[in-house]
Amino acid sequence: MSWLYLMIFIPFIFAIFVPFIYKLFGTRIHTGWFVFFAPLAVFLYLLKYIPMISKGESVHSKLAWMPSLGINFTTNIDGLALIFGLLITGVGALVVLYSIYYMSKEREALHNFYVYMLLFMGAMLGLVLSDNILVLYVFWELTSISSFLLIAYWYQRKGSRNGAQKSMLITIFGGLAMLAGLIMLSMMTDTYSIREILSKVDLITSHSLFIPAMILILLGAFTKSAQFPFSIWLPDAMEAPTPISAYLHSATMVKAGIYLVARFTSVFGGSAEWFWIVSSIGLITLIYGSINAVNQKDLKGLLAYSTISQLGLIMSLLGVGSASIYFGYGDESSVYAFAVLAAMFHLINHSTFKGSLFMVVGIIDHETGTRDIRRLGGLISLMPISFTITVIGSFSMAGLPPFNGFLSKEMFFTSMITVIESPVFGMESIGLLFPIIAWVASIFTFIYCMILVFKTFLGKHRPEKLDKVAHEAPIGMLIPPMILAFLVIVIFFFPNVVSEYFLQPALIAVLPGFAAAGGIDVEISAWHGWNTELFMTIGVIVLGAFMYYYLRKWSRIYSYYPQVLTLNNFYNQLLAGMEKLSSKLTKQYMTGFVRDYLVYIFTFMIALLGCSLWLSKGFSFNATNDAPINLFEGGAIVAMLIAALTVVFSKSRITAIIAVGALGYLVSLFFVIFRAPDLALTQLVVETVTAALFLLCFYHLPELRKEKSKVPFKVVNLLISLGVGVIVTLIALSVNNHRLFESISYFYEDSYTLAGAKNIVNAILVDFRGLDTMLEILVLSIAGLGVYTLIKLQLAGREKK
Amino acid sequence: MKPNDVILHSVTKVAVVIILTFSIYLFYGGHHNPGGGFIGGLSVASGLVLLYLAFDIETVRNNIPVDFKIVAAVGVLIAVLTGVSSLFIGKPFLNQAFGYFDLPIFGKTELATAVLFDVGVALAVIGTAVTIILSISEDG
Repeated sequence: MSWLYLMIFIPFIFAIFVPFIYKLFGTRIHTGWFVFFAPLAVFLYLLKYIPMISKGESVHSKLAWMPSLGINFTTNIDGLALIFGLLITGVGALVVLYSIYYMSKEREALHNFYVYMLLFMGAMLGLVLSDNILVLYVFWELTSISSFLLIAYWYQRKGSRNGAQKSMLITIFGGLAMLAGLIMLSMMTDTYSIREILSKVDLITSHSLFIPAMILILLGAFTKSAQFPFSIWLPDAMEAPTPISAYLHSATMVKAGIYLVARFTSVFGGSAEWFWIVSSIGLITLIYGSINAVNQKDLKGLLAYSTISQLGLIMSLLGVGSASIYFGYGDESSVYAFAVLAAMFHLINHSTFKGSLFMVVGIIDHETGTRDIRRLGGLISLMPISFTITVIGSFSMAGLPPFNGFLSKEMFFTSMITVIESPVFGMESIGLLFPIIAWVASIFTFIYCMILVFKTFLGKHRPEKLDKVAHEAPIGMLIPPMILAFLVIVIFFFPNVVSEYFLQPALIAVLPGFAAAGGIDVEISAWHGWNTELFMTIGVIVLGAFMYYYLRKWSRIYSYYPQVLTLNNFYNQLLAGMEKLSSKLTKQYMTGFVRDYLVYIFTFMIALLGCSLWLSKGFSFNATNDAPINLFEGGAIVAMLIAALTVVFSKSRITAIIAVGALGYLVSLFFVIFRAPDLALTQLVVETVTAALFLLCFYHLPELRKEKSKVPFKVVNLLISLGVGVIVTLIALSVNNHRLFESISYFYEDSYTLAGAKNIVNAILVDFRGLDTMLEILVLSIAGLGVYTLIKLQLAGREKK
Repeated sequence: MKPNDVILHSVTKVAVVIILTFSIYLFYGGHHNPGGGFIGGLSVASGLVLLYLAFDIETVRNNIPVDFKIVAAVGVLIAVLTGVSSLFIGKPFLNQAFGYFDLPIFGKTELATAVLFDVGVALAVIGTAVTIILSISEDG
């Protein structure tokens, strides 16, 4: 048996214990040391799958959750999931280690921090390992929620709250769109399992919902992966503590969209729409991000835009790679499949260099008190280790040897050139744009990488502009970025090991057509001879260096771009407009009178029930099968009538309350007569408690008196009350003459053998329909807390006045 | 002026014992006879409400220093955890089990995990009902 699904639960289980650990050892031992073991354990466990998966196999394990609804907790690990799983836990472990030194155990609310973080870790693992699309969706939204909580971690700051809200609104919107798309997929294929969906591609491609489902799923992926024009949430998300930015907003969560696109490439890939949307949005994002990054004054803002840009790069590679499916399996298709391999490679590389860069920026922030490029400078002699790491990370990002970014950047160029060489989907006409955009974006990438290194570390050190005296960080803070920087170099020298164990299996997962061949025949090497890619890179370096040198001269053009046309401005306008509209609309009907609300509720009820009764011709009354009414029952009914009429005509509230109580007790009498002791007991007790509740409320109610208001209003009230009475009576009378569904009583016939209970009512409550009961008590407690909160808030408000 | 409620106090003291005892009976009888967590919980709540009505809130709170919001939360937690526990033995969520055991005093007795679930239900009901009534009565 595989313990894979347990791995998803490990972070959640740790999360439960974190607050207690924090309480016990909070001030003595940093809580992070405890948390550290969660990602580490899962990482080590996942390593075990490498040999198996490098052979092209995938491991599948299933845990029944709600089998009757077809929702099972099915986990599936293949090449793609393995890369993500290792990134999540590997970078996760390093980030936790880093955060131990970054987050002060005296000043910060560490238990919140680590609970959110573990929540995220578990959700992200669940997202990539889950085989069920509904489970995937749940984890998807859970990552959005934990990201929201982490961005708003310093919730005292306005920027944090706004950034959190923005990311929440955008990613949840995308998540909901994705849910709709996933449901369409399951409608087409009649399954919730991703593996089964992937095996029924023919059904989907010929279906009329193909395009809507594709667009909805892409909306989910693009919002999560900060693609243009949804990218605006990512720079604002930089308000989060730096370990979080390094973890969620560069290495893992923002790559969930990439994961989704990769996962569904074999379903939608091969169509022109998918190819065009994914690759063009990717390229637009690439160039948009890189151009904006150059203009950033905040180091984290720069890294945020660079992340957007790099995500666009990976996305465009996946888009181009999807054309491989169009060609089937052959030479042409493997040319395009190369792009998918490059995407996976850059995915890993990006996590290594961007993770280390974020950590270094965090160190700079921590040790100097600022991240503003204009105030920094000359740190090279003060922080030599940080400088080295920054050089490794930045040069890798810029695509220079001997760092892993060089290899994947070259592969990126190769893929973009392929598009011209073997055109597809009408690429003949504008295919040339692909490599040109890629090249221009790379120049800007080069420029911002240089800014990152030279503006911070070279130049003149100006201690008077810094809040703290700058010095090198403690060793514990340096180890995690050092490990990542080390990987940056190691991967450059041994790319084919990575390729064999990770990239090829992932390729097979994305493009199952290559499974038989065990991937594509590619040897990644740093030197290909003097080919176009190399010339492009040289061009990038020369032109980039030139432009960096004259940055001051031309960077002024950024200020010419009108603020009105920025995406953020659109977003703010939209938000303000929506708030205005909804507050206007809400004020129309939220009058503050309970009477009005009851009018709405009852009118709606009459309309809904009356229409359905009328349309379904549901009313039928037939008394022939009814048992004769004896004197005793007749007497009880008369008593009930009197009680009911008393409620309506009583002059004082206390009489009305007592009459309602009497009515309830009489109903329970009927339960006794018809031998339903459980119901009778419940009704009696409920009646008692509500009578007490009514009596309590009684104190707060005004005197019952004749109210003087306009006549037409009362006519409406009369009509509504008559309507409700008539409808309910009609339904009650026709209930007995309908058998819309088969009787379910046989289901409970052998309750004694199944549940060991002689009381069938209780067996239904706690066993057969246990889930219903569980949710009921949950709702009940939430309602109770709601009442409590409302009243306490009201009291607090009054005291303030 | 202090109202004279000697009779109410005296009756309540006796009645509450009877109500609570009966509630426990209802709760445990639920498996085979009318009763169960919901009814048991509600009748405990009604007994408590009687106490609150007869004596004032402060007096009862001093004698029963329990936060009923927490009681409700613990109830829900117990119910969920009994559901989750079946996952660990490879059964679906909320699967209940029962068995017959020979206990020293009671003889052959049936023990069922459904009772644990019912404990959760009962606590949630008690906690919620009392919370609502207490908060409304404190208002104003």
